[in-house]
Amino acid sequence: MNLTKLLAGTALALGLATAAAAQDKTKVGFIFVGPVGDGGWTYEHNEGRLAVEEHFGDKVETVYQESVPEGADAERAMTQMALGGADLIFTTSFGYMDPTINVAAKFPDVKFEHATGFKRADNVSTYSARFYEGRAVQGHIAGKMTKTNKIGYIGSFPIPEVIRGINSAYIHAKKVNPDVEFSIVWAYTWFDPAKEADAAKALIEQGADVILQHTDSTAPQAAAQEAGNVITFGQASDMAEYAPMPRVSSIIDNWAPYYIDRVQAVMDGTWESTDTWDGIGPGMVEIGEITDAVPAELKAEAEALRDSIGAGEYHPFTGPINKQDGTAWLAEGEVADDGTLAGMNFYVEGLTGDIPQ
Amino acid sequence: MIQLEKRPTPSKFWTWTTPVLAVALTMIAGGLMFALLGKNPFLAIKTIFYDPILGEFAFYYRGQLLVKAGPLILIAVGLAMGFKAGIWNIGAEGQYIMGAIVGAGVGLAFYPSDSPLILPAMILAGAIGGLLWAMIPAILKVKFSTNEILVSLLLVYVAEQIQAAMALGLLRNPDATGFPGSRNLAQWDASANLELIAGTGMHLGVVAALIAVIFAYILLSRHLMGFHIQLAGQSPKAARFGGVNPTRLVIFCMAISGALAGLAGLFEVTGPAGQISINFNSGYGFTAIIVAFLGRLHPIGILLAGLLMALTYIGGEAAQATLGIPAAAIQAFQGMLLFFLLGVDVLSNYRIRFLRKGVA
Repeated sequence: MNLTKLLAGTALALGLATAAAAQDKTKVGFIFVGPVGDGGWTYEHNEGRLAVEEHFGDKVETVYQESVPEGADAERAMTQMALGGADLIFTTSFGYMDPTINVAAKFPDVKFEHATGFKRADNVSTYSARFYEGRAVQGHIAGKMTKTNKIGYIGSFPIPEVIRGINSAYIHAKKVNPDVEFSIVWAYTWFDPAKEADAAKALIEQGADVILQHTDSTAPQAAAQEAGNVITFGQASDMAEYAPMPRVSSIIDNWAPYYIDRVQAVMDGTWESTDTWDGIGPGMVEIGEITDAVPAELKAEAEALRDSIGAGEYHPFTGPINKQDGTAWLAEGEVADDGTLAGMNFYVEGLTGDIPQ
Repeated sequence: MIQLEKRPTPSKFWTWTTPVLAVALTMIAGGLMFALLGKNPFLAIKTIFYDPILGEFAFYYRGQLLVKAGPLILIAVGLAMGFKAGIWNIGAEGQYIMGAIVGAGVGLAFYPSDSPLILPAMILAGAIGGLLWAMIPAILKVKFSTNEILVSLLLVYVAEQIQAAMALGLLRNPDATGFPGSRNLAQWDASANLELIAGTGMHLGVVAALIAVIFAYILLSRHLMGFHIQLAGQSPKAARFGGVNPTRLVIFCMAISGALAGLAGLFEVTGPAGQISINFNSGYGFTAIIVAFLGRLHPIGILLAGLLMALTYIGGEAAQATLGIPAAAIQAFQGMLLFFLLGVDVLSNYRIRFLRKGVA
């Protein structure tokens, strides 16, 4: 079995060598989970790609493949890019983790960057953004704005990144409004406008007047607009076309500076396998403009919260915080460590329902 | 005036010519679309149809054609038996998922053993998993005359929920700190369904698909059961007078198609996909329905149709990545191919008559 693996590797490497000889530009590939026009997650990654093109001009060539399913097809898409002579490949969804590691093992000379995962190798880096910092600001606004005290939350998959967001939003909503309740719906998809709209409508019917989403399309925004008197926040992208109502603010992922840095590192030959997790401070997470639908006083509070997180003065997970089952997690003044946050698989005290498992 | 006149039997000539004609029409219409998108139509068509077979990286693509076509053919061959007999199993996707789950579960129960019996046990369990899932609509049909189209289709959604529950709960990798998904079965030597000859894409699932094609061909052309299947499809009444037991036929066809779909799922999860994740199924069970009809429900036809579908997928992906053609345009292109393939069938089933007005 080892021999067959070795042979496969050599066959692929030979193909790579012939491909690499024929080019001088740095070739950068992107694997996207949704269409580039999703208006959310993939849209922002594609904006990063365009920024790379603009920054480096003739020195780079970018290629991308959109709507790549998280599974066997992802491995082929990455192999195609590596064979096509890509020097650096960004794989921009959690489900690409194992495929990225597998393909990277066959192409030791190609650099890979996997978003939101935890497996690394000599030629595989991971990167993600501290979206939970943005969720804290969002939770604060949501907690003050809700009149029914019911906040609906559309989750994608119950993975730590999403659970962190729920916890952070809840903690900060609860802080300003002790009566607040969260209803969480799991959509089991990153991008499915029909499912997302259904989830939003169901939550609104149950009395939620704030909809938070961790899915990539603008369908929940449209559903909220239709219902009226429901507020939402742009997810991953500004979604400004729904401002000033229902979209009152947003969490924007800004990947461009990171992508430009990493491409530069490949050009300079200084690229190393790293694990990057940046937040509001370094500018990877931005809070989109808070509209006039939010009272000026609350807007100022939210901006102050954003700035104190950005400056590193306040951590959204600062004790005392208990877990859902009542056991102590963080003592007074204690701050969560990155290890626990990275693998977060529990709700904090006060959230109802179970994480699916 | 043009009139269509039904042929007593489909034309032999057109039956074999229409697929070629359909591909040619697709190239013209698709080329126009690519040109409208500002891409070089000749380059796009070449990337889709020629490069995966004979292009620079064909050594990789050819293997991938088999990887993609394998499960499609395996499932479609099973479905075709039922379709021929008028038994409509639309839920192969669910049987595919259940086969993968049951097979993976049996394997993981023995983790981290390195016994050589593990993969064979998983293969058996995969077939049984798919078979049992198909038995639900089959038994409901023969006992209570429920509609197997609806029941099998709705069971797909049930299977998807079970899949999510398994990836999050029972089969979750205990070493993956809070992340869903099972252990990687392709990286565990005892369960890995690797390529038999490196670089060819030839894994056990592809071999199973080829065997299924041969067996289905023999069954349909040489065996009494095959005769019963054909008879039941063409004339249910005649079949009953001819001594065909409809209950047995439903159970048999559903069992075969379920077991083959389950096998496809198991081979996929131990090989190309690697793990049970929340959404590891990628629609093979539904695409296989198209493949079955595209292949005219004939085992050899299905083999060719599966390869053609795989080619449009692989070539389409290549066109996306190298020429920047949007994914939606590739899907539209595949849609055109199906549209023309089914559309030109008119030629094999009907004769076209040009009539002058006034002549009756």
